[in-house]
Amino acid sequence: MKFVLDAEQRLFGDTLDKLLAGADVPATVRSGAAGPRRALWSAIARAGVFALAVPERHGGAGTHPVELVTAMHELGRHAVPGPIVETVAAAALIDRLGDTGLADAWLPRIADGTAVVSLALPPAVPHALDADLADLVLTVGDGRVRTGVPEGTALTSLDPGRRPFRVSPGDLLADGPEAVAAAYDLGALACAAQHLGVGRRLLEVSVEYARTRRQFGRPIGEFQAVKHRLADALVGLEFARPLIHGAALAHGSDTFARDVSAAKVAAADAAYAAALAALQVHGAIGYTDEYDPSLWIRKARALRSAWGSPADHRARVAAAL
Amino acid sequence: MDLDFSPAEEEFRQEVRTWLRAHIPAEPLPSLETAEGFTAHRAWERELGAARLSAVSWPTAYGGRDATPLEWLIFEEEYYAAGAPGRVSQNGVNLLAPTLLKHGTPQQLARVLPPMAAGEVIWAQAWSEPGAGSDLAALRATATRVTGGWRLDGQKTWSSRAAFADRAFGLFREPGSERHRGLTYAMFPLDAAGVTVRPIGRLDGKPAFAELFLDEVFVPDADIIGAPGDGWRVAMSTAGNERGLTLRSPGRFTAAAERLAALWRERADPADTALRDRVADAWIRARAYRLKGFETISRTDDIGAEASVNKLYWSDLDVALHETALDLLGPDGELAGEWLEGYVFSLAGPIYAGTNEIQRDVVAERVLGLPRGSR
Repeated sequence: MKFVLDAEQRLFGDTLDKLLAGADVPATVRSGAAGPRRALWSAIARAGVFALAVPERHGGAGTHPVELVTAMHELGRHAVPGPIVETVAAAALIDRLGDTGLADAWLPRIADGTAVVSLALPPAVPHALDADLADLVLTVGDGRVRTGVPEGTALTSLDPGRRPFRVSPGDLLADGPEAVAAAYDLGALACAAQHLGVGRRLLEVSVEYARTRRQFGRPIGEFQAVKHRLADALVGLEFARPLIHGAALAHGSDTFARDVSAAKVAAADAAYAAALAALQVHGAIGYTDEYDPSLWIRKARALRSAWGSPADHRARVAAAL
Repeated sequence: MDLDFSPAEEEFRQEVRTWLRAHIPAEPLPSLETAEGFTAHRAWERELGAARLSAVSWPTAYGGRDATPLEWLIFEEEYYAAGAPGRVSQNGVNLLAPTLLKHGTPQQLARVLPPMAAGEVIWAQAWSEPGAGSDLAALRATATRVTGGWRLDGQKTWSSRAAFADRAFGLFREPGSERHRGLTYAMFPLDAAGVTVRPIGRLDGKPAFAELFLDEVFVPDADIIGAPGDGWRVAMSTAGNERGLTLRSPGRFTAAAERLAALWRERADPADTALRDRVADAWIRARAYRLKGFETISRTDDIGAEASVNKLYWSDLDVALHETALDLLGPDGELAGEWLEGYVFSLAGPIYAGTNEIQRDVVAERVLGLPRGSR
């Protein structure tokens, strides 16, 4: 047993980290313009992220859940906008539907980043992100997969990195309740990993802020009330990570759905707690729109209820007990 | 990355499972915090020792099996899943023995470890004093040089298992020394001349710990661990073990979580989703602690202060597990029984082995790198 990322997996995460650190992601989020978003998407795809959810016969790298959660964690740490999780889940959905026409048309393009796919999977995922910019929009109901038709303009999310659209069902593409369930599980896992990355970044910036921000003649990080809040945030995040890795390793086994839900609950609670701690430690500046960490604080709230609420996932764990 | 057990590990799991199934007492033993229960648990330790299962991770020479950390985790999973009795030998096996293995002389190892593994000598810890709890370096009990050894004087308190144990270990200071300097790590018999043991009833009245009064107690040089005066460093190697996985192994909580799930299936009101969510949460957290354990033993670096992250997690988890069980039991929750015993035990977790407030300071300063400050 070796239950830690191997050297290659760590290198993959570090490479993504460096790539995204130099990409000025906050500016891309704030501008809301399609061009920079598409460029960022292509860069991520070139690094191999979307290929991790696409079989080799369709131009991908085969499904690699551990690498996938590693990537999603980094994308969360850098607050990458857009339907990343949705595209990953759509890849799993299209692959499992067994419709060769659909698979041949879309999977290679998902892998190489030329297709952005958005997906609504009501009731847990009622809206499709960036549906106006996506190359393909899917919506699911009663185990049936249809194209999704965006309605009107984007709804306003608390997180400026998310542009949700209402979609109405279009053409019927395929029937496949099992494929839908598999897509939901993989999406929830990817979302949990992304959320954990958001929480990690918020803890990092909060520690840095507490070390340098001075009040009463000393760094506020000297005060126990601040220390303990950040220590608790770390504890939560530290114990969500092994649940995510454990669920990734359970991909394809009959405990996958349960393990994903366990990971989603822990990641949602830990990342959200880290966000509230970050907000409190930063004081008023963290409550401003212009301060970059607030992008992560807002994303932490949005992701808590994305891809199944903590209550939904607790209920799934309880059902498995 | 994987979570796979090797064929040899699976075989070891099977052996432990089979042995436990054949040997676990048919009736649960009385609480080990009572005189009668202590005797029964001591007998059980002898049985475990005879099967070389009382300290599997120790070297074979001293009664262990040279088990790897993963095999130890497997043993613990099987042990608690089988509902085997609590470990009365825990202070010795998990706290003193790792210190001895690191700092003891070959003679000390050969003399102290085999009777500990055999369940013949049960150890109590003697860290705290009336004026030294979380602030252990404030301790005042002394070790004074005398011909052929040391003379111990002073008072220790909250000594777990000391009401019925045979021997104890703790820190004593050179008269006149201060804080972390001049401390000496000593072992002494609880029935030695000059030792008075006054049992203390814990929250439920059971004498789980004791006060120790030491009045000119003689300890030979052979019973000092490490160099005299170097006791702080020696003791901290034990503290690291205690705050890591060894004190409270994951198997303990995964087993309790499974029992909690069973209790919920048996007693739950299906409409009570709030309680259902707490059961699910406890189960998720026990799973997280188990997987974190596999992560910890897979690492090649020293986990150092991160041991405090583990201590914070298991101690809160233990309380949550038992609280949820008592809430499921409703009005029966106050009645004596296994869950209540576990609950009372769990309430001490956030206090002993360094209070959780101290652990949070450690995590903030040594893991996160926040500045040290006045407390």
